[in-house]
Amino acid sequence: MKMSGTDADVIDALVGITPGSSLDGIRERRPEARAHAQATYRALFAPKEPGNVTAQERFAVGGFVAGLHGATAIAVAYAARLADSGASAALPDAIDAAIKEAKTRGPYGTYPAGPLSHEDTAGPVYRVGAATRRALGPRLSAAFEHVHMLVFHPRDAAPASLQALLDAGWSTTDIVTLSQIVAFLSFQIRVVAGLRTLAGRP
Amino acid sequence: MAETVLVPPEHTVPTAFTRAQLDWLPWLEPLAVEAMTERHMASLVDAARVKSPYFRLLARDPDALEARTRTDKDIFYNPDAGLPRAERELAAAATSRFNGCLYCASVHARHAATYSRREADVQRLLDAGVTVDLGERWNAIVAAAVALTATPIAFGPEHVDRLRRSGLDDLAISDVIHAAAFFNWANRLMLSLGEPAATAGP
Repeated sequence: MKMSGTDADVIDALVGITPGSSLDGIRERRPEARAHAQATYRALFAPKEPGNVTAQERFAVGGFVAGLHGATAIAVAYAARLADSGASAALPDAIDAAIKEAKTRGPYGTYPAGPLSHEDTAGPVYRVGAATRRALGPRLSAAFEHVHMLVFHPRDAAPASLQALLDAGWSTTDIVTLSQIVAFLSFQIRVVAGLRTLAGRP
Repeated sequence: MAETVLVPPEHTVPTAFTRAQLDWLPWLEPLAVEAMTERHMASLVDAARVKSPYFRLLARDPDALEARTRTDKDIFYNPDAGLPRAERELAAAATSRFNGCLYCASVHARHAATYSRREADVQRLLDAGVTVDLGERWNAIVAAAVALTATPIAFGPEHVDRLRRSGLDDLAISDVIHAAAFFNWANRLMLSLGEPAATAGP
């Protein structure tokens, strides 16, 4: 599937929704949600003011998040935009390596000690491997470690994970953007999966 | 020089899911009200949100915040048919319960209880978790939200069939999908940029 521009509706494209179809009619009943899911995509992946977060960083994180979800078609779409952004050939390989290192099942994590402690579920804390870290560089490596937590065990979030990003050169505002990218993709990937399943069950 | 995270003031950490009002304390510096531009203010959509450190933090990326908020409002507030508001809130609460977001679960469990008038059932979801028996229609909605929230996503045709057997049409099923998907967005921001605190008053 093609996701090169920012005007065509990305969720429609990823689900395969055609004008006049049943799902087209359903999405049109929630027109603001449809328009602003697309507006969020534009804000995060074709921002009017990119600030300090580069296009390559945005698409690299996009591909990593989709890959961690096993959402292959979406990961390929972000990889294509990463290639268009002029990334080196080594970067997609490093992202693929990171996905292989990091992929697991979620959500898991720990609660504050108390009555919920019996629901604590252990799982891995991702640390980027040495070879992958050399290819990603320190800034993206720090981001990927944080992204893995957000995707698989967000209830383990703590100030230390944000401090690690600050120490790696992400500003407070950059972290807000990075967090929005991961959180928004967690939405986009689920809407696409859900609507595809619905479309496959006429 | 790198910025540093905020150290929240001394507070009582909630250790159980609750329908009580909670506070939220940021780990990163929100924008100061006096430093906010017209664009920052407009991104809040509701002017009253200027009081919220959460929204003033997200306003650091105003285009993403505004699009996020308009997506949220249409998914939950659009009154045109589909899933009743109470059950959109149920899907949000179940997603938050499964991901472990005490703050999000508190808000949306309150809404689910208010709109459904099934306070005891909503409280059982909070106390016992997402496998509790709430009657077949609510069980189907909770199971669908949970399956869509798992990574990798476990939502399949059997969830669509079960929702249909419970009387949901395709617009209502799309609403379940969007409500659960949206809380995979919201939970990750709430969990990772700050923490909940019990309020001092009754």
